[in-house]
Amino acid sequence: MMTNNTADKFIILSLRLITYAIVLVIGYILFDIIRHGASALNWQFVSSFPRRSGAAGGIFPAIVGTFYLVTGTIAVSLPLGIGGAIYLAEYAEQNRFNTLIRLAIVTLAGVPSIVFGLFGLGIFVLFCGFGPSILAGSLTLACMVLPTIIVASEESLRAVPKGFRDASLALGATKWEMIRTNILPYSMSGMITGSILGIGRAAGETAPILLTVAAFYLPRLPKSIFDQVMALPYHLYILATQHPEADRIRHMQYGTALILLLLVLGLSLGAILIRTHFRKKYRW
Amino acid sequence: MVEQSIYPNYPKDLEMVITASQVNFFYGPTQALFDISLLIPAKHVTALIGPSGCGKSTFLRCLNRMNDTIPHSRVEGAISINQKDIYAPGTDVVELRKEVGMVFQKSNPFPKSIFDNVAYGPRIHGEKDQRRLAEIVEQSLQQAAIWDEVKDRLHANAMGLSGGQQQRLCIARALAVGPKILLMDEPASALDPKSTMRIEDLIGELRTNYTIVIVTHNMQQAARVSDYTAFFYEGRLIECDATPKIFTNPRQKQTEDYITGRFG
Repeated sequence: MMTNNTADKFIILSLRLITYAIVLVIGYILFDIIRHGASALNWQFVSSFPRRSGAAGGIFPAIVGTFYLVTGTIAVSLPLGIGGAIYLAEYAEQNRFNTLIRLAIVTLAGVPSIVFGLFGLGIFVLFCGFGPSILAGSLTLACMVLPTIIVASEESLRAVPKGFRDASLALGATKWEMIRTNILPYSMSGMITGSILGIGRAAGETAPILLTVAAFYLPRLPKSIFDQVMALPYHLYILATQHPEADRIRHMQYGTALILLLLVLGLSLGAILIRTHFRKKYRW
Repeated sequence: MVEQSIYPNYPKDLEMVITASQVNFFYGPTQALFDISLLIPAKHVTALIGPSGCGKSTFLRCLNRMNDTIPHSRVEGAISINQKDIYAPGTDVVELRKEVGMVFQKSNPFPKSIFDNVAYGPRIHGEKDQRRLAEIVEQSLQQAAIWDEVKDRLHANAMGLSGGQQQRLCIARALAVGPKILLMDEPASALDPKSTMRIEDLIGELRTNYTIVIVTHNMQQAARVSDYTAFFYEGRLIECDATPKIFTNPRQKQTEDYITGRFG
């Protein structure tokens, strides 16, 4: 029979091994991508247009395209998501209608990304008449990350202690003054962090942009939000699976993957920096 | 003036600032206050005492309408402050809360600087002049007897203060809005004896300018700081009288049982 102490040690060891396993998997993926992709990385690769259908040249337009899409997605989803979260956390009463809203948000989070793509194609590209464009793609991606942003933001709003709320109201603050001065500043770090992580995921999605914005090859950069763009995930998809020379351009595929990865890591790093900044500013 | 029939032991010329008549309060289907009628005199300290769950805090929070924030709660009856019904439709809750400040059981300074904590109230009420704000902050911290301890670190985070200092900061923050009435919900119950004493001394100083209503679990504290005491039990007001009278010669058996420690 195991004593309590041995059982405890066993549990701790198992949990530790599980954690190591996760780190190992991530580490291997990173290592593999860097090992194969590093050779493709050079200034020309990130700054020039693709040649021979992407078998040579660079991926500059895809980087620019993904950058535009991420920016557009942030611009649309952040205000909407945070606004919705404020409503749900601070104003919405517990009634059937609001339960339905929550249910809808949870369901939205579980919708496969290709369905978002079809939705975007139907609504933004065709019905609204935006055509395949940065606008349609950003709106589609925004719909996809909204649940993540709302859930993360609502949680961090609710985490603000009741004492701060009571104190503000008792000093004669209106509800909105209370939220603006004594809830949002403290929950900002959680809201931004959660949102950026969600957007980071969206940046790497292929399915939603496949039908709404992404082009296989464009000879010039987009001039307006109604133009199509190339995008890193789609470019990678093409290079890896649709390209006639797929077997011979591994370094291009890995290089593209590495850039995409760096972009997402950059976003996460930004999220961490923002969080540290706010944590230092408001600690309790 | 005082209704002599209810309060035979109050001085005859006592000015009453808060009048509650037949107040009932409900948390959803649960009734928490039954028919509370109570007068609270200006510029004196009134203590609300009673065992946990007796409704004393609920009643206190009715006086600045903090209970409004609780979903499905409902108040009946009338509460007037300076002859104005505070539950009348169209009452400006912001104005009410400027008039009636509150200090909570758990000190709750904002995670901002000491200065910004005290300036919070005046700022949201539109004070922008930096000199005036600095004046208000200094004056409020002086009144709350904490100025000397914090004057050299006004821009340090308030979370770095000790528990007792935090609570006095919260009192300063409440005073900065310029209230006439101060509600205190067990303001010292989370503090060590020395900090408690400082808070009690402070209440003694503030009583000359403010009407203070204090909820306390601690009967010795009620006896030390208050002029009048109201005893609540199971949502009802059992007895209200001059503090020495309550603690030496209460009229009701329940009051006597409670203050002598037979229950509660």
